[in-house]
Amino acid sequence: MSEPNKPLPVPNNETAPFWKAAGAGRLEVQRCGACSRHVFYPRLVCPYCMSEQLDWVEVSGRGKIYSFTLVHKAPPAFRGEVPYPVALIELDEGVRMMSRLMVENHTRLRIGMPVRVRFEAASEEISLPVFELVEDA
Amino acid sequence: MASTSRTDSFRSKVAIAGVAESEVGVLPHMTELQLHAQAAKRALDDAGIDKSEVDGILSLGSARGVRMPSIQVAEYLGIYPGFTDSTSIGGCSFEAYVQHAALAISAGLCETCLITYGSTQRSGGAVFGGGNESWLPSEQFEAPHGLPMMVGAYALAAQRHMHLYGTTEQQLAEIAVASRLWASMNPHAYLREPISIDDVMQSTMISTPLKRHDCCLMTDGGGAVVVTTVERAKRARKAPVYLWGSAETHSHNGISAMPELTVTPAAVTGPQAFASAGIRPTDIDVAQVYDSFTITVLMSLEDLGFCDKGEGGAFVEGGRLAPGGEFPMNTQGGGLSFTHPGMYGVFLIVEAVRQLRGECGERQVSDANLTLCHGTGGALSSGATLILGREPR
Ligand SMILES: [Zn+2]
Repeated sequence: MSEPNKPLPVPNNETAPFWKAAGAGRLEVQRCGACSRHVFYPRLVCPYCMSEQLDWVEVSGRGKIYSFTLVHKAPPAFRGEVPYPVALIELDEGVRMMSRLMVENHTRLRIGMPVRVRFEAASEEISLPVFELVEDA
Repeated sequence: MASTSRTDSFRSKVAIAGVAESEVGVLPHMTELQLHAQAAKRALDDAGIDKSEVDGILSLGSARGVRMPSIQVAEYLGIYPGFTDSTSIGGCSFEAYVQHAALAISAGLCETCLITYGSTQRSGGAVFGGGNESWLPSEQFEAPHGLPMMVGAYALAAQRHMHLYGTTEQQLAEIAVASRLWASMNPHAYLREPISIDDVMQSTMISTPLKRHDCCLMTDGGGAVVVTTVERAKRARKAPVYLWGSAETHSHNGISAMPELTVTPAAVTGPQAFASAGIRPTDIDVAQVYDSFTITVLMSLEDLGFCDKGEGGAFVEGGRLAPGGEFPMNTQGGGLSFTHPGMYGVFLIVEAVRQLRGECGERQVSDANLTLCHGTGGALSSGATLILGREPR
């Protein structure tokens, strides 16, 4: 029996800039022109001040592991990959995003470890941001 | 926030007159609407109140096809309400419904509210975390990374709690062990065979640090609650159960947007509910705390104020939550051992009312005068708290 396809993002007018930048190897998020805070995920209005002045800016791609879990019982499309680490990454710019940690030896993983982004092609159109340990770079 | 005296007035006008479960367990022969209806009939019988008196309906299920649950359930039961609500904030919706019913009744919109839940999550294959619209934030920015939902979200919280406070997997296991001991005294519980901390530790790893026995059951079932005026409840078949305190909130939908992974919505609703009741956590005789996962309980107990933040692990040690322990909790076996048909919130209220009425037989907690129900919904997204009393406040 074939496994179902993995869920892939379908870019729309709100998120296309993020996925376009990811395809070019850049991590971009929104930044509010009114209150100067970085915003992720992409929105029409700033969740802090309701301004519509949200501009796309490239960020450092560096951050820390905020938390992680090693998945043993996966959703159907991911069953061939267990165990794999899924993490919440806190970027240096202050926003948090879910991603994968690309490490061979999972026992090394600790909350707070510095990480940096890289991109993995998931389809012809979509590259996903994933993170590796800075100490591996 | 509204002043205490103002918020008091609406709670003091209502009482819970009837509670019931439908059949629970594995029920491939039943539909979700039948489970709503069976629970509703039993709860009205429990109250001795006729269906013709019901003029408020608050319903929620887990089936994908039912887009307007209160309308569907009301049609099925032949109810024509003056107040209708299908607020959908996950497993704690039912604690919120009691507060909404109290507001509606005290405002004169209706007199008798019927709260119902039904789910064939196990046999009917209702699905959480799948088949969502592809433009949703969770589908674009969470789903591609393969986090199993809901367990993965709670695992992230557990990992961070262990990191910050030194909480151990054995301490989490204590919660599962206690739940099973209570379930052994509930003839309707799905799992009744006692387990040890070692059994929990050796159960299948799902998403670190959470193992099979840290996770709630997946069953079919339903429940219902009748809320009415104090005057009507006094003429009902059973003694009224009074609403002392209540609160509801939510903070995020996706776990990526949770403000702080180890602080749940209970940190808001707990203090508000206790303030509205005019009591302290130490006044609670028996607690019903949503146990979707063991970590849900541990963090809720901290946030509700039963212990300090970070002390939850030590608090639950030594069988404190188990029969005979200092802190009787989830006395029917909880979502971990009794039943968990997608959402569990209604069952917290059913057991709380039965404990206050002294109907719990072997598992009855002596001198149960004040009880707390705390529900948690979604990915630690929402919380709603009730404080119920055997006497009026
Ligand atoms: Zn702003």
